[in-house]
Order: sequence, then structure tokens, then C-alpha cells
Amino acid sequence: MLGRLSMDALPFYSWVAMGGAGVTVAGGILVFCVITYLRAWKVLWFDWLTSVDHKRIGIMYVVLALVMLVRGFVDALMMRAQQAVSLNNDGYLPPEHFEQIFSSHGTIMIFFVAMPFLTGLINIVVPQQIGARDVAFPFLNSVSLWSTASGAALVLISLVIGKFSKAGWTGYPPYSGIEFSPGVGVDYWIWALAISGIGSTLTGINFIVTIIKNRCPGMTFMRMPLFTWTTLCVAILMTFAFPALTVVAAQLALDRILGFHFFTNGDGGNMMMYANLLWIWGHPEVYILILPAFGIFSEVVATFSRKRLFGYTSLVYATACIAILSFTVWLHHFFTMGSSSNVNAVFGIATMIIAVPTGVKVFDWVFTMYRGRIEFHPSMVFTIGFMVTFVIGGVTGVLLALPPADYLMHNSTFLVAHFHNMLIPGALFGYFAGMNYWFPKAFGFKLDAKWGIRSFWFWLIGFYLAFMPLYVLGFMGMSRRMEHYADPTWQPYLIIAGLGALFVLCGIACIAIQLYVSVKTWGSARDVTGDAWNGRTLEWATASPPAPYNFAVLPHVREIDAFFDMKIRGVAYLPAAEYEDIVMPKNTVLGPVMGAALFVFGFAMIWQIWWLAALCLVINLVAVGVRACDDNSDLVIPAAEVERLEAVRLSQISPSDLYDMSDFAPRGAASGEILAGRT
Amino acid sequence: MSAVYFFRRLPLSGSLAPSAACLLLAGCGLSDAPVLNPKGPIALQETDLLFSAFWLMMIVTIPAILLTVFFAWRYRRSNERATYTPNWEGSNLVEAVMWLVPAAIIVALGTMVWDATHKLDPYKPIVSDKPAFKVQAVALDWKWLFIYPELGTASVNELSFPADRPLTIEITSDTVMNSLMIPALGGQIYAMAGMRSEINLLADAPGVFTGRNTMYSGDGFSDQHFLAHAMSESDFAAWKDKVSAAATALDAQTYIELHKKSTANPVTYYSSVETDLFDIILRKYAPIVGPYESEAAELICRGAA
Repeated sequence: MLGRLSMDALPFYSWVAMGGAGVTVAGGILVFCVITYLRAWKVLWFDWLTSVDHKRIGIMYVVLALVMLVRGFVDALMMRAQQAVSLNNDGYLPPEHFEQIFSSHGTIMIFFVAMPFLTGLINIVVPQQIGARDVAFPFLNSVSLWSTASGAALVLISLVIGKFSKAGWTGYPPYSGIEFSPGVGVDYWIWALAISGIGSTLTGINFIVTIIKNRCPGMTFMRMPLFTWTTLCVAILMTFAFPALTVVAAQLALDRILGFHFFTNGDGGNMMMYANLLWIWGHPEVYILILPAFGIFSEVVATFSRKRLFGYTSLVYATACIAILSFTVWLHHFFTMGSSSNVNAVFGIATMIIAVPTGVKVFDWVFTMYRGRIEFHPSMVFTIGFMVTFVIGGVTGVLLALPPADYLMHNSTFLVAHFHNMLIPGALFGYFAGMNYWFPKAFGFKLDAKWGIRSFWFWLIGFYLAFMPLYVLGFMGMSRRMEHYADPTWQPYLIIAGLGALFVLCGIACIAIQLYVSVKTWGSARDVTGDAWNGRTLEWATASPPAPYNFAVLPHVREIDAFFDMKIRGVAYLPAAEYEDIVMPKNTVLGPVMGAALFVFGFAMIWQIWWLAALCLVINLVAVGVRACDDNSDLVIPAAEVERLEAVRLSQISPSDLYDMSDFAPRGAASGEILAGRT
Repeated sequence: MSAVYFFRRLPLSGSLAPSAACLLLAGCGLSDAPVLNPKGPIALQETDLLFSAFWLMMIVTIPAILLTVFFAWRYRRSNERATYTPNWEGSNLVEAVMWLVPAAIIVALGTMVWDATHKLDPYKPIVSDKPAFKVQAVALDWKWLFIYPELGTASVNELSFPADRPLTIEITSDTVMNSLMIPALGGQIYAMAGMRSEINLLADAPGVFTGRNTMYSGDGFSDQHFLAHAMSESDFAAWKDKVSAAATALDAQTYIELHKKSTANPVTYYSSVETDLFDIILRKYAPIVGPYESEAAELICRGAA
């Protein structure tokens, strides 16, 4: 009846396991109590969880990412503490726990922090940047969110019921096979990945269609903002790369559940196939994480340098080059598997070629700052910190792309330092920049800048302290994933790295304080115009927070910096001559229902409760059927209501709120005058 | 000091840099770092490549970092005196430089890599007037078994070989994926069940180096390291005698015992080895079962099933 599930799955076998479970359960209870105390259940359910509004879905994605960031960071802190003390002793974590922690750290940070963070920012911003009222498939968007959330929930619940994988975030067989990892750990990993991977694939499809079909009049491809361009490339990567992950996870599941021999040691299995398939997804995945951040940096650097983006065309082509090349380099993750010199050399050179478009991007941002008027807003500071730090990671990446050098550095902490050097400045700093940049768009008030700057310095210093020692340890022969070690010369470096983790902890605390302070003082930081930073792209043309329909009248685009152009021409804040009825999708419970069913399905597959898994699959199929037959899923906002909402918005804007565009406007009047003329 | 010796060979280092770097590195325990102090020609060339590529890339990296910091400071908003060109959006000259200079560096690096990858192919025998010393390495949970076909002996968690003579290690695994590495001598290669990989190394002089499995393989992974002894001819002869005099022989039954999981296995010597043990271990994972060529083969292969 309950498959493999029994009382033994509860974490009463060790203090560490009980601690983890206790914190998870207590956190859940706390959230429940806070929502009940605030009497927010109704609002939460009707306005948020069942919402198909891309902005709300985006916000929920980012909230998920921030929650999981805390969980993933606790893992990191525990690993750093362990390695700081475990010279010639077992430290405080037995191997079994240490292994679960490094496996869940990687899995969480990639799949449940970076992915939802970037997907959330894309959701909030991209439809507005292309002048659209919605994404192409709003319901699919809700299903994507909830499948990602159920994957995350599976990882969280593995702390309470059963154990998580010990096979690392890459889950290489044969170690992850049933012979060497008989428990439920690897199954948790497989199903968390597979279910959230479906969400990512659907998101990819959704945004390809949205960007290709939903652009407003005049928004040609070569007028799309850079963030939209990187999103388009990322959506294509997601759509083509994630199926490889789904397939490889399914194959591993077949090996484990039905005794197949895809990747086993004997009986014709071949673990090298796994490495290939995993990285055919895994390398594009790196760019899925980094390209959106490149898009954010491009937006931020132009806005806060008060200058047009340098080399727009170069940046677009560089992005596209990176996206295409990202499919041609997967073998560099295993040069040491024994391929011929020709194969290794070709993949090494292909990898180095990616450094060219990436370098071009960095120089484009550098020259955007040249002769600008740079304002050190937190998002700009994150961008500058990224530019300086990321090139170091680029250099170490090219070093690892030289096969003979890789033979020396592979599997070492040098590698660990390298990919954190790419992903912390290259992805996370970008998402933080995006959060600081677009927060007023999402919520109508600005984030506190002082705490933003503080969080940046803690993150930056913490990053250098935590990872520069790991580069050195790589030279000293330290392998990754070591629970303890015998070389006393390593310890000082590991202690410094541990200190770095404490700095990052302060950085995360600063972000929490920043959110708290900003919410508390929101009234004084309101963004009435919808244009918090004298922005250049169309998302700043909507209200902050935007109306459900984003644009009452679809804008006509004439320029790359479409909204900047509208401000210069003085047409940014004009009421329309005529409004029209707007059709928007209705909220639906089917998204959360399908997500819940997917979660239970994953749980049932993990514990081999077959009847329950079958039931959940049926529920999901029925839900799809119900949605397909629902002819009443739209909601009409009448023209009169749109006109009222727009009138309210425009009446709140006074000329003194508007930016002086005279610096930029050799050919037209400043927008302030136009607004005065309106009344 | 070796660090001085190493830094002298860097293309761009001046005369002051080596001693300064040496002082700095010695203080941090880096003067003994195996990757920075290669003890054989393979590791030496691999490290050389690493640092040549590093310095070559500095041509682009240093300007990028300096320009970022300089522009950020120079064009800060409060600096009203700096030129401001809000509509400047491109320059063919700048763009040509930013595409072509990195591209040129990658062409140079690419040529280097093509040559180096072929020259430093781990499978390529090392040219020497002396014949290569052959060792067969088997990855087990969580220890390394080294078989010496030339000597008919074997050792666990210790690898001994004559210095100044090429060393050819044939590698396989009788468990999950492992990776064999002796950083002071050169790079690593994976050990996989049912597959034979190979690495060719050479130690310039006698010495003791650390080696380990670098590929995470389970609970005992942290302790899966061993010492590699490169010995002078006389020491090696003495070592041979010591191993030949060991009490245990590595027959099929002993191997099955050894195959069981163990952590931090003590160094063990075996005076003799089951015939073709390495091939039997490879055959264990072949898709075709029986008939077995020997009783030992059947015992070991069936032991898996």
C-alpha cells in the first residue's frame, strides 16, 4: 500500500538529520502561522496562487528562489564549516550527511534558486519590454511555476521523510545506480529534476512564442531590448536542452526502478552515455543561467550610465553566438574520460571560442560607461562588481578548456572555484541587479539603496574570500567533495574560505534587512510615474505596479530605446484618444492543482507507491482535459474601466515627477512641457 | 627554490618577480604545491601550458579590469568635468578591436592547444631510451590496487616504480567511476568498470608524491589516497625483495575479500598475483557471461553477480 515508505523514513536516526527536519517543519509551521495571523489565506489563494498574471507568477518565482537561496546557502555554510575543521578528523558531519549536503547544495542552487530567479525576472519584465499585454500561454505559465515549486518541495521534504541523494548534483552513474545508491535519495533527486525540468521546458516554449508573436507594432527584432534578446536565446536553449535532462533522468529512473542497463557497470550498460547526455543539457544550462544576467547588465549599465548602450548589434550577435556555441562544447566537462586527442582538442578550441563573444560583451559594457554619467545605484554596483570579477572566472575557464591543463585541474577545488566564479558574479549578481532594478516596477516602490550597497560589498568580499583560496587549493592537489583531509597546509585556506561564507551570510542578511526596511518605509520611496530610474525600455512605460493589462493602448516603437524616445518626443504620458475592451485570462485553480498532483506523483514514484502515482497522473490528465474544454477562461475589462484606471494613474503624475530630457533631446520638447499642455 | 625555478620560465616575468613571488608563496605553503612544482616532464609541460595561456589572456583581461574601474571612477555622476556623450552608441574602430584582439588570442591559444593536446595525450608512450615500467591500477571501494605484471606482485594503497624510467599505468575500476591522479607527475584519467584507460608518466628523480582518486565515489572517498614512490634503482630492488617476501598472495579468494568496501586500507603487499587478474576484472563487466577461462575468472566474475 505505501511502497517503501515506513516509519524508518523519519529522521530519528541522527541529530543532524533531526535538526534539518526540525528546521524545515518549523519553517513551514511559521509560514502557516504568519499567513493565518495576517488573515491572508484568501488573498493569497485568489490573488496569487491561482493567478495567471505573468507579473504575479514572476514575483512568486522570485520568492521561491529567495527562500531556496537561504536553504542552499545553509548547505554551503555547513560544508565550509566542516572543511574548516576536519583536518585529520571527521569534523562534525559524518560522510553520509556531508554528501547529502553537497548534493542538495548544487541541486538547489541550480534548479531552485537560479532557474526560478531568472524565470521570475523574465516573467515580470519581458512581456512589458516587448509592449505585450500578456505571455502567449498564461495558463501554461502557471503550470510551469507550479511544477518548479513541486520540484523544490520534493527537495525540501527529503529532509523530513527519507534522505536526499549522496551522488552529487550531477548524479553520475554507476554511483547513482541502484547497486551503489539503494535508498530513495537519488530518486528524490531524479524526480525533483524531472518535474521542475518540465516546467523549464514549458517556460522556454512559452517565451519563444511570446517574443516572436506578441511584440507590439514597430518592435522589430533589432529593436528588442537586450534583456528580451537574451531571454529569446535562453528560451531556445531551454526548449532544446531540457529534453536531454528529462531523457537522462528517465533512463536513470528506469535503471533504478525496472532494472534496465542504460548506465550500469555490467550487462552492456555504459556510464559514458550518461556523462554525454547530462552535459548536452548541462552546458547550455550554464548559459541559460548566465545569459539573462547578461541581459540585465546590459539594461542596467545603459540606464545608470545615462547613455545609450554601446554596440547593440554586437551584443545581439554575441548573445546569439554564445547560445549556438553552447551546444558544441559539452565534452569539456570530461576531457579526462579518455577521448582521443583530436576530440579533446576540438572541444577545447570550441570552448575557447566562446570566450570571444563573451569578451566582446564585457567591452561593450565598458564602453557604455565611457563618457557616461554613472550613478552608483545598487544594481549598477552589482554590475561593476560582476565585470571585474567575471573576467577572472573567464580566464580560469579558458585554462580549464585546455585539455592538458584540465587533466591537472579537473575534479579539484580549482574547478569548484571556477564555476562559482562564473555563477555568483555572472548569474546571481545579475539577478540581484535585476531585483534592485525592477523591484519598483513590480511593487510600486523602490528598494532601500543603502542596504543594497551593503549587501553588494558583503557578497563581493565574501565571494573573493570564499573562492580565491579554493583556486589555490586546486594547485595544492585538493579534490572537490572531501569530507576530511590529511594535509595541514590546506587548513588555513579552508578557514579563510569559511570566513568568506560568513561574509556572504551577512550579504544575505543585508538583503533581508533591505526588503524589511523598504517595505516599512515604502510610502516615501513610491514610484508614481512608473519610471523609477529614467529608464529607456518599454517596461518603464507602464504603471508601477502595472495594470493587469500592462498597456491600455499598445505602444508604437520607433527606436531601440523605445520609451526614452517617447519621453523625448513628449508622448510618454498622454491619455489615449480612445480605449478598447481588453480581454485577459481568468485566474484558475488548475495550475496549483496540477502542481500539487505532480508533487504527489513525484513523491509516490520515489517511494514506489504505484497506485498513488497512477492516480496523480490521471488527475493531471483530467486537469488538462478540463482546461481544454473550458470555453469561459477569459475576462473582459471594459473600455470604460480601462479609461478610469488610466485617468487615475495620469492624475497622480505631476510635471515635477518627470525627468528633464533636455540633455537627450536636440530635436523635441522635454516631456515635462507636454504634460503641462495636457491639462 | 623550486618556486623560483618555476617562475623563471614564465614568459613575462621580470627579474624581481620570481623572488617576490617566492617569498609570498613560501609563506602560504604554496612552495610545495604539486601542480606548481612538477616532478616530471608531463606535469611540467601541462603546468607550462597553463601559465603560458594565463599570461596570454592577461593581454585582454588586465585592460578589461582596469578600464572598468577607471571608467567607473572617471565618469561618476559627480564628476561634471568629464565629457558626456549620451547618444554615442558605437564606433567601428572600437568594435573591430574588441572582436579581433580576443579572436587573435584565441587563434594563438587554439594552435597551442591543438599541439599540446596531441603531445600530452595521456595514452601516448613517453620517448625514452629505457623501457616503460608497466603497472595495472584497479580502483576499489575505497582504495587502489596496483598490480606489477613485470614483478608478478601487487600492492594496495602504495605505488612504487623506478624513477627516470617511463611509467605506464593501465587503469580500470571494479566499482564506480574513479579518477587516478598523481598531481606532481601529471594529469588524471578516469577509471571505469569494464573499460581500460591508460596514463603515461615519468618522475625525473626519486621522490614521494601523493596520489588519489579525484572522482567522488562514496563514504570512503576522502581517505582514498596513496603515496607514489619513485625510487632509485637500488631502492627499487630492495622494495621488490620486500614485496616478494610478503606473506599473502593475491589469489581469487583474496581478491574477493579485498574487493569488499573498506576505508583507509593500510598499505598491503602481495608476493604473487592471480594470472591475468586485470583482464579478469575487465571481463567481469563484459556483456557475455561464461564459459570462463579459469576457475579464478569464474569466482571473480560470479562474485559480481
